[in-house]
Amino acid sequence: MAKAVTLKELSKKELLFAPGHRLCAGCGAPIVVKMVLLASDYHLVAANATGCLEVSSCISDYTAWKIPWIHNAFENAAATLSGVETMYRSLKKQGKIDKEIKFIAFGGDGGTYDIGFQSLSGAMERGHDMLYICYDNGAYMNTGIQRSSATPFGADTTTRPAGSVVPGKTEQRKNLTKIMAAHNIPYVAQASPSHWADLVRKVRKALEITGPKFMNIVTPCNRGWRSRTDDAITLSRLAVDTCYWPLYEIENGVTKITFRPREKKPIADFLKTQGRFKHLFKPENEVLIGKIQESIDREWEKLQKEEACFAS
Amino acid sequence: MKLKNWKEVTPGAVITEAGSSVKFKTGSWRSLKPVWIEENCIQCLFCWIYCPDMAVKVKDGKRTEFDYDYCKGCGICALECPGKKGNKAILMVEEEK
Repeated sequence: MAKAVTLKELSKKELLFAPGHRLCAGCGAPIVVKMVLLASDYHLVAANATGCLEVSSCISDYTAWKIPWIHNAFENAAATLSGVETMYRSLKKQGKIDKEIKFIAFGGDGGTYDIGFQSLSGAMERGHDMLYICYDNGAYMNTGIQRSSATPFGADTTTRPAGSVVPGKTEQRKNLTKIMAAHNIPYVAQASPSHWADLVRKVRKALEITGPKFMNIVTPCNRGWRSRTDDAITLSRLAVDTCYWPLYEIENGVTKITFRPREKKPIADFLKTQGRFKHLFKPENEVLIGKIQESIDREWEKLQKEEACFAS
Repeated sequence: MKLKNWKEVTPGAVITEAGSSVKFKTGSWRSLKPVWIEENCIQCLFCWIYCPDMAVKVKDGKRTEFDYDYCKGCGICALECPGKKGNKAILMVEEEK
């Protein structure tokens, strides 16, 4: 196993995501991008699905990216990058390029779970040598907090507002990490920016593997989550500690939990920090918190059993 | 920056200068300002890794001053700062006019 990463060692590397981008104060996305780019020692080429990250990091003559970066449309970050990757392989074969280059696609949950899903599924199935990173902030934050299939149960969004008729979103979020694992690709992982060493290690591991890789990273959004600007890291840590966002990886079909909270916190600890769940604490809705806790316990139990299947 | 007319725009709106966003200063967005108290700093570099605006400058593995040109004043660094013996090395103060 590679030696542990230290911040001191990482801090000596050049940051490939520049300041001056126009993401909100306290946004989680640039933290995720910065960590992902810091993790790599290769030349990188990135593609971006439409979303907060894309519109704010590349406005007309200002780009925050210090690596070749392409944006095409909302639905096709994976398809675009698979084309770029194919061209690279062709040029390499022709002897026109000799650099070792790795390819990373970034998409928000809207551009990954919903709109870009078929192109992502296709690129993964075709076996392109690329890493797809989904920064999951749980709604279409860029266009004004509309619900997506990544929005958690009970969250208040502008297209499913909590009120006297419905208590926010009434459907469960889809488990995209598991869906990507079902593509039988070599590497799938879930990470959180609060656990930076785990995140960096996963990106490094993914880049060493040839073939399609997928990582899902929880990314707090203080505008959409209705939280404070300074708590992006605290909230992503709480998401991990409550097992709302368990940290695990599935390598060649083998599940491994990479971080086990010392003490699993109740989900209410996570929910009460965010205005989007405020209505759940009204007496008539409290039963829903129990329901959320139940589904989290069930998923966590399932994950541990999956891991146990392979432990020998 | 002067607006370009359509003849001056590159085909495909390609930007050839990497990291040109540094020309756009976002420091004016700030209403709270982080202040670094060096004697309480244990050089853990959490502020550096967690800063969304790359506004914590590090030299030779050591933290130095904030880059107020880009800091948006979100306060993540101050919240995550472990400090020394319970004394934070980063405090948020009201931005002056």
